[in-house]
Amino acid sequence: MLELIIVGAGPAGITAGVYAARKRMDFLVISGDIGGQTAWSGDVENYTGYQFVTGPELAAKFEEHMRRYRIDVREGELVRELSRSQDAVTLTTDKARYEARTAIIASGKRSRELGVPGEKEFKNKGLTYCATCDGPLFSGKDVAVIGGGNSALDATLQLMNIARRVHVINAASALTGDAVMREKAEAAGNVAILNGSSVTQVYGEKMVQGLEISRGGKKERLAVQGIFVEIGLIPNSEFAQGVARNEYGEIKVNSRNETSMEGVFAAGDVTDVPEKQIIIAAGEGSKAALSAFRYLAQHKF
Amino acid sequence: MEKKVRIYSTPTCPYCIRAKQFLKDNNVVFEDVDVSSDDQAAEEMIAKSGQMGVPVIAVDDEIIVGFDKERIVRALGI
Repeated sequence: MLELIIVGAGPAGITAGVYAARKRMDFLVISGDIGGQTAWSGDVENYTGYQFVTGPELAAKFEEHMRRYRIDVREGELVRELSRSQDAVTLTTDKARYEARTAIIASGKRSRELGVPGEKEFKNKGLTYCATCDGPLFSGKDVAVIGGGNSALDATLQLMNIARRVHVINAASALTGDAVMREKAEAAGNVAILNGSSVTQVYGEKMVQGLEISRGGKKERLAVQGIFVEIGLIPNSEFAQGVARNEYGEIKVNSRNETSMEGVFAAGDVTDVPEKQIIIAAGEGSKAALSAFRYLAQHKF
Repeated sequence: MEKKVRIYSTPTCPYCIRAKQFLKDNNVVFEDVDVSSDDQAAEEMIAKSGQMGVPVIAVDDEIIVGFDKERIVRALGI
């Protein structure tokens, strides 16, 4: 039986993998993607050691570091269920079933959807959740960014150099992201910030043609060719039904990254750790791996 | 005969990078089309795939949207 299974390969999962490999643990990594949200991020200026690095570059560095060790990575596999028997954790994916003594859940978060008419129909037809990936296709076009936090500002800063005009549709009365980013967005000549407005509908024919917004009780239409949804994230924790989670669906962990389920640890954005940052996720991943290692040493299976 | 493979991509999209790496690892010769710097290619990609997400991989006339490893494997017989 495996000693450990790591679910997820973002900063937390990859760092856990590097630590587990160095402890010579017998383990594998199961993940839908590699790099997690870092791979979708724009500029990263707060990961110590890198004064400036892009998200995809940093994700590539993480992966390169992980590949230095012969780690068995099952990419593109999705975990559906996690359960525990007397002395093992069982993980069922869309492809197979695995058993291990311990597990680390580092499955991160995914984009929250708007939940308005037209969103599903126009996904990838002008509406996207990844400015880093799809932004370059909108050069010279008018676009809207939905949201007012750091990810919305990150998207805005990328798009203002590509698109003709960027409308920021923010439900709150002011932007909430970091001051440094806010100032850059506000200083740009082609960024219009619409506070106190929310999206009620996405319209178009084959591709997006615009959106309908509600502002001060009034509905208006805004013609745009691109819509970038950046309204926050939800944890990928649905498969861990038996593990205690908080009101947001985040997995509860203590300072040793232990969850409510014996032998199951969790790290990074999927947990209730305060602050979601790449560097924090990486640190939490290392702690989780060391805790799993210690757990195995204490239980002589 | 060898199938003609084109990948429509942007330099920053993680799945484009992974898809290209996957093709390279399998010794597949392909043409990389950067749709962020080539408007005509972007239009072509949108017309062929009916959508704007990258990557789009064309194996002869078969259009694969996204880094769909299983479909790429089937289309190329690798």
